[in-house]
Amino acid sequence: MNLEFPPVSHLFDWPTLWLDGTPLAVNKTVLIYLGATVVTMALFWTAGRRRDSLVPAGAQHVAESGVNFIESSVVMQTIGPEGRKFMPFLTTIFFFILFSNITEVIPLLQFPANSRMAVPITLALLVWGIYNVIGVKRQGLLGYLKNSLFPPGVPKALYVIVTPIELVSTFVVRPFSLAIRLWANMVAGHLLLVTFAILSATLWDSTYAGAAVPFAMLILMTGFEILVSVLQAFIFTILTAVYIGGSMHPAH
Amino acid sequence: MLHILAQSLAQTGTEAGEFLDGLKAIGAGLGYGLAAVGPGVGIGIVVGNAISAMARQPESAGMVRTTMFLGIAFTEALALIGFVVFILLLP
Repeated sequence: MNLEFPPVSHLFDWPTLWLDGTPLAVNKTVLIYLGATVVTMALFWTAGRRRDSLVPAGAQHVAESGVNFIESSVVMQTIGPEGRKFMPFLTTIFFFILFSNITEVIPLLQFPANSRMAVPITLALLVWGIYNVIGVKRQGLLGYLKNSLFPPGVPKALYVIVTPIELVSTFVVRPFSLAIRLWANMVAGHLLLVTFAILSATLWDSTYAGAAVPFAMLILMTGFEILVSVLQAFIFTILTAVYIGGSMHPAH
Repeated sequence: MLHILAQSLAQTGTEAGEFLDGLKAIGAGLGYGLAAVGPGVGIGIVVGNAISAMARQPESAGMVRTTMFLGIAFTEALALIGFVVFILLLP
């Protein structure tokens, strides 16, 4: 029995399939992202096009309950009724991240596209730009800086400690923690599934019955990873909403 | 102690590079394990308090659940940074 676990980089680096050597090179990750974009667009396009049935079914049902979910449990809980104008952005982000995460458990694909850092960090920097622009627009540059760097209700002397912490956490750490949270969860999930899959395959080669335990764990973990995919999409969306809400309504 | 370990490894013909790789692996494993302790306790506290809040006031369950996920997300970030360090340290 020889257990051959591939090095971590082999699990996440995919060979280039097309347009090698150009900035537009295509590999499996890019194809999954393109697929996720197309599926998101197709879902809302078909849902918005058909208005002939009173009872929503199929794509329309999925899209309507998705929009409803984002409105009731993300926007209303964090921004309030004013946040409705961010509904399209938040819903798109939710479904795009969900579709590029869920490929982790789809047979034959079995790779979470968000376990590569590029797109999570791009989305996080986009969110960073959006909440800063909104903050400057709503409160003015000085007001926004004052409200985010000097939170009210803190004793004057403590500003020596609080202001540098707030500066680093609001303007530097936020986008990175947003991206790393999504990325690291997907990397961890993929590693977990790969570990149990390799264990099952190796034990199946030597002792047939021995593979039962890791295979049962593999199925259990697949279920768990579905939950994680949805949860991470939800957490990314809700944190985006919290940040936008924070720069729309400063703490009094 | 490391000195004695290095000597005994040198006697068995282990290369210095392999020795360093072994130390890196130990450091990575220990680092991730330690990074998981605090967030584990923290997430337990967050979820436990959220459950008791939901049990006291079932009508506020939706709001509590949203806030609970936020709390989990912020606490979990520390464990994930530990996990990133673990991957970076792997030989």
